Amino acid sequence: MKKGLIAVIVVGVLLMVGYFMFKGMFNQMNGLREQTKSQWANVETAYQRRADLIPNLVKTVKGYADFEQETLTQVIEARANATSINLNAGDINPENMAKFQAAQDKLSGALSRLLVTVERYPDLKANQNFLQLQSQLEGTENRISVERRRYNEVVRTYNTYIQNFPQFILANLRGFEAQAYFKSAEGSETVPDVSFD
Amino acid sequence: MKKGLFLLLLIAANIAFGQDRFPEPKSPPMLVNDFSGTLDRDAVDYLENKLLNYTDTTSTEIAVVLLNTINGEDPNLYAAELGEYWGVGQDKYENGLVFLVAVKDRQMAIQNGYGLEEKLTDAKTKLIIENIILPEFKSGNYARGIDKGTDAIIEVLAGTFKDKGNRRSSKSDKFPKAIILLGVIFVIFMIAKIKGGGRGGRGGGLGGGYWIGGTGGHWGGSSFGGSSGGGFGGGGFGGFGGGSFGGGGASGSW
Repeated sequence: MKKGLIAVIVVGVLLMVGYFMFKGMFNQMNGLREQTKSQWANVETAYQRRADLIPNLVKTVKGYADFEQETLTQVIEARANATSINLNAGDINPENMAKFQAAQDKLSGALSRLLVTVERYPDLKANQNFLQLQSQLEGTENRISVERRRYNEVVRTYNTYIQNFPQFILANLRGFEAQAYFKSAEGSETVPDVSFD
Repeated sequence: MKKGLFLLLLIAANIAFGQDRFPEPKSPPMLVNDFSGTLDRDAVDYLENKLLNYTDTTSTEIAVVLLNTINGEDPNLYAAELGEYWGVGQDKYENGLVFLVAVKDRQMAIQNGYGLEEKLTDAKTKLIIENIILPEFKSGNYARGIDKGTDAIIEVLAGTFKDKGNRRSSKSDKFPKAIILLGVIFVIFMIAKIKGGGRGGRGGGLGGGYWIGGTGGHWGGSSFGGSSGGGFGGGGFGGFGGGSFGGGGASGSW
């Protein structure tokens, strides 16, 4: 009788301890995942900000009749492509991240080519409207780097947490998956070479 | 256990990285931080005063940071992350601004917290840098460039925030310590005087007491003046308010 009671108490205590341990772990995981989601939203906002600047930029540049169409078309197409890829926060795997990044990097490339080409048009280069757009574009690129870096930081914390023992057991059970990082793409930070003839 | 150790290492690595990459804020905290030795004392005092007065009425923190080099990093990103690391601006308003000058790199950046973005757009910042600051920097007038640049920023931001900034409280700092010390010294002298008076002869006792009392008063006076000068007159900047940065702003080079 007495032994049975002790056993019940021990089991009860173990269950309680287990419950609180799992509860703590789950809440921690959930909190960290929410952070990656909200940071992803910031990343998207920064990219969207850049996309929103482009129509104005194109309009300003188009005013210069002899401006080469090809560079402009590339920017417009790259923008359309980049804005068509939207990832679900909390479900970012290396594959869709690679697609997203490739599209955005392509747009970055097209934009820097455009800016380099503008060097050949002194009037356009001195145009106040264009200068404003250019500085806004620079500011936006910087916002993107800041938000991307921050995203990688919160994802690193989250990934580390859910992949460690014993959390990975619960993470597997409850479908917490590691999120993909931004990779600093080769050449994306440097202005591409444009040959002048 | 292992996780704890790993986290500890990670934190240690982060701190070490932060320390390597960014200078620590000065102690006591200052709004004007010249780590390059470019500005003379008068210029630092003048700018510090100006920016401190601005913080007093707006709570907006403009931190001026002069470094020799940022080791080839992008000035915009560096300034934004330095601002984040120091926590420039008020936590609740995100109204910090970092005015970074890398003197030997001949590069500069102005980065603002989220709260200032509405009025101080990237394009406006760029214009201030190109038209107002860089012409002065080009002719080596760093102090004047910073002075005129911060004036222009203050003008653009006019009326955005109204709140008190962080002043170093003079009441809780040096002042009471000096008083307590003075009190202790006074009590010791009083005891010495009474004891001396009791033991010595009549004339000698009086003379000794008077002399000690006189010196004590004089000493107290000068010390009092010194501490109140530092405590009340200076006040000083009370430290950054924990603002954060999203990468808004612009940069330039000369």
